[in-house]
Amino acid sequence: MAQDKKSSALGDRLRENGMLLALVAIVVLFSALLGYQGKTFLQPQNITNIFLQNGHVIILALGMLLVIVAGHIDLSVGSVAAFTGAVAAYLTVNLGLPFYVVIPLTLLVGGCIGAVQGYWVAFWRIPSFIVTLAGMMVFRGATMWMLGGQNIGPFPKEFQAISSGFLPDLTGIGQPHGLTVILVLLAIGAQFWLGFRARARDAEFGMEAEPMALFMGRTLLIAAATAFVGYQLAYLKGLPNVLVVLIVLTVLYAFFTENTTMGRRIYAVGGNEKAAKLSGINSDRLVFACFVNMGVLAALAGMMVTARLNSATPKAGTGFELDAIASVFIGGASMTGGSGKIVGVVIGALIMGVMNMGMSIMGIGIDYQQMIKGLVLLAAVIFDVYNKAK
Amino acid sequence: MTALLEMRGISKVFPGVRALDNVSLSVEPGEIHAICGENGAGKSTLMKVLSGVYPFGSYEGDIIYDGETLACRNIRDSEARGIIIIHQELALVPLLSIAENLFLGNEVAKNGVINWGEAYQRTGELLKKVGLNELPTTKVEKLGVGKQQLIEIAKALAKDVRLLILDEPTAALQENDSQKLLDLMLELKAQGVTQIIISHKLNEISRVADRITVIRDGASVSTMDKHEITEDRIIRDMVGRDMAHRYPERTPNPGPVLMEVAGWNVWHPEQGERQIIKDVSFNVKKGEIVGIAGLMGTGRTELAMSIFGKSYGQGHKGSIKMHGAEVDVSTVPKAVKAGIAYVTEDRKGLGLVLEEPIVKNITLANLAGVAMKGVLDKRRETKVAEGYRKQLAIRTPGVQQKVVNLSGGNQQKVVLSKWLFTEPEVLILDEPTRGIDVGAKFEIYTIMKELAEQGRSIVMISSEMPELLGMCDRIYVMNEGRIVGELDRSEASQEKIMALILKGEGKAA
Repeated sequence: MAQDKKSSALGDRLRENGMLLALVAIVVLFSALLGYQGKTFLQPQNITNIFLQNGHVIILALGMLLVIVAGHIDLSVGSVAAFTGAVAAYLTVNLGLPFYVVIPLTLLVGGCIGAVQGYWVAFWRIPSFIVTLAGMMVFRGATMWMLGGQNIGPFPKEFQAISSGFLPDLTGIGQPHGLTVILVLLAIGAQFWLGFRARARDAEFGMEAEPMALFMGRTLLIAAATAFVGYQLAYLKGLPNVLVVLIVLTVLYAFFTENTTMGRRIYAVGGNEKAAKLSGINSDRLVFACFVNMGVLAALAGMMVTARLNSATPKAGTGFELDAIASVFIGGASMTGGSGKIVGVVIGALIMGVMNMGMSIMGIGIDYQQMIKGLVLLAAVIFDVYNKAK
Repeated sequence: MTALLEMRGISKVFPGVRALDNVSLSVEPGEIHAICGENGAGKSTLMKVLSGVYPFGSYEGDIIYDGETLACRNIRDSEARGIIIIHQELALVPLLSIAENLFLGNEVAKNGVINWGEAYQRTGELLKKVGLNELPTTKVEKLGVGKQQLIEIAKALAKDVRLLILDEPTAALQENDSQKLLDLMLELKAQGVTQIIISHKLNEISRVADRITVIRDGASVSTMDKHEITEDRIIRDMVGRDMAHRYPERTPNPGPVLMEVAGWNVWHPEQGERQIIKDVSFNVKKGEIVGIAGLMGTGRTELAMSIFGKSYGQGHKGSIKMHGAEVDVSTVPKAVKAGIAYVTEDRKGLGLVLEEPIVKNITLANLAGVAMKGVLDKRRETKVAEGYRKQLAIRTPGVQQKVVNLSGGNQQKVVLSKWLFTEPEVLILDEPTRGIDVGAKFEIYTIMKELAEQGRSIVMISSEMPELLGMCDRIYVMNEGRIVGELDRSEASQEKIMALILKGEGKAA
């Protein structure tokens, strides 16, 4: 038993590696299956599309992780994304406001919606399930009311660029995309540098080190994947804006959750709210902040989807909340709060995204797709529970 | 007389650890047999082997019960043979009635239809047997812990118990409820029920037990008869060393008054008309250890928590001074800033984030101390945690270990570390040694002594009078929300404390 205890930290890490391997395995599986059908899975257009089509899920999942870690849930994000998308459309198309006014204004609306819901959850102790279930209905209705049952669109080019734009090549090389090459090389360098720094720090703290082979294997795998994706993108149109936003947000949230006092406190509140309170932590305010943040991210996701579809529709965002929640749990967060990592959540969302795309290209019907996705979610959580019980 | 139960050479191995190593236990019919041992010594494992939680075949050794080999596959099998275990955590359903609980899984029914008339009648008889004057229809949630414990025993009686096993039955009980329970045990003994009691409380054991078996590190160390039982011998066998001094030697050297609470009044958080703390005044000097004695439920924890950031109650009235100047303690951060720390009695519920590692628990109350502008310096954080690990001798492979895996004593040290890191001047320790074993208790006492020598003031709340008498310079006695007396180290005794409590009760009535 003593040995089991000792390796709990290592076990967490093995789990993360397991998630990564699952993602790789799924990619390999689809490459093989599609190769058999005579199609190429890993071609530049598909790779770009994975990020374009799933960017909103990743963004929602980032916020959802904080909400779930704090011990709550937000069912309203799909409706809020639809509503904020409609707001952005109204401001842009009907009022003719420029994108640099519309974007911050829409994010503000999202933040206010999050604040209203968070207010009831945090300060009135109304269960978040109820509050956000109500929010889900209210904002779906509000979206229809706002759109009057019609679509609003199309959008000017600048607004569409949120989702379909690419980073301009400032180097002027053009083919391959110079800036993309430079950024990809920097990213690979950063992975190695950060990885070795973390190892050095673990050694200094006397933490059980991850075996060198495992560490190198993983880092090389990620580096190779980065290089491959970068290479493919550089020969298409370069880095999509969405991917840049995703990477920046992921790094930001990973840093926030692991390296700031506020992030740490959110985990403590989710882990044991009473103990956190008695340690002088204002749990109500933190829960409130998580919901405000969720609202802002929902607005961002809403704008992305609206820009991609080039119109705001009453049905937009249906089921987004479930995709985001599923990503968080596939990513290893605990249902009861207090645990879960940003990296895991992003991998979880990518697993869902890759499966969506792979199955669509294979021509698998939406009926089977739903069933398979449901089973993957169940399998991931069963795997988790089994691992913990062992 | 042949033994009712004979466990011979029991060994039980878990992956990586040998929990029981060739343990033998012999229980005579009609006796009360006590099992003592430190936490983790293997007492509970032994009882789980006996009751079939670990099925026949998963352990080595023989169990002879009533003349034949016992081969239980599960708890049902052992219960069918009249072996019934009452666990430390009560297994009652709060929203069901007493009668429903008594016959849960064992209903008075024919073809699945419950015969309520007979059930209530039998419940009445059983309640009488355990000396409980309650209606069979009363919901269990309405009863206190002491009465719930009696319901558990009644439940065992409903199943025709022959061997009753009580796992730390008085751990959550107040003094008078404990006494009632021990009396009931003696009564059941007179009726011929053989009993095994697992307990930490040596005075209880010497009161009811006929024989004692001491278990240490998964092996039985000794079995002694009633006339051989002395507390010192039990302790020596339990920890494997002589403990001439159960409390560290210290010379009190109190300085000027540091914290002064005056005219403190607090009302119940929900029932605003109920006053819980009534006009309490007390003080602590620099470098002094002050005790607060009293029965459970007299408002000691409520007093401490209401002082600490008004974490309990409403309508707080009164003043709190530090160094002679009034301080604001209306929130936890303000109380911490004023130099007060409160170490809770409920380690798991209020003290720790169990699924987080030691290091994150230690810095939780003072994250600013390891951060710059809200960004954590993990190197400094680990250094801080390592420092406390060494200083307080927290036994763990490393500070990244989750606290859920630590023993009670080590968990208590983690909570202590957390509050020491806030650099408090006054530490309020609420039942600091509850649920931890004798060896770890001594370590906690030693830490308290060192803190006092460093000039910190300690307020120690405890239900165990011997430890108050052993550690404190002065003792305040509380009863029903009031301070009913103050005793100096030189004059304090268990009798005097009890006398003050009883006198206070008379006054309140």
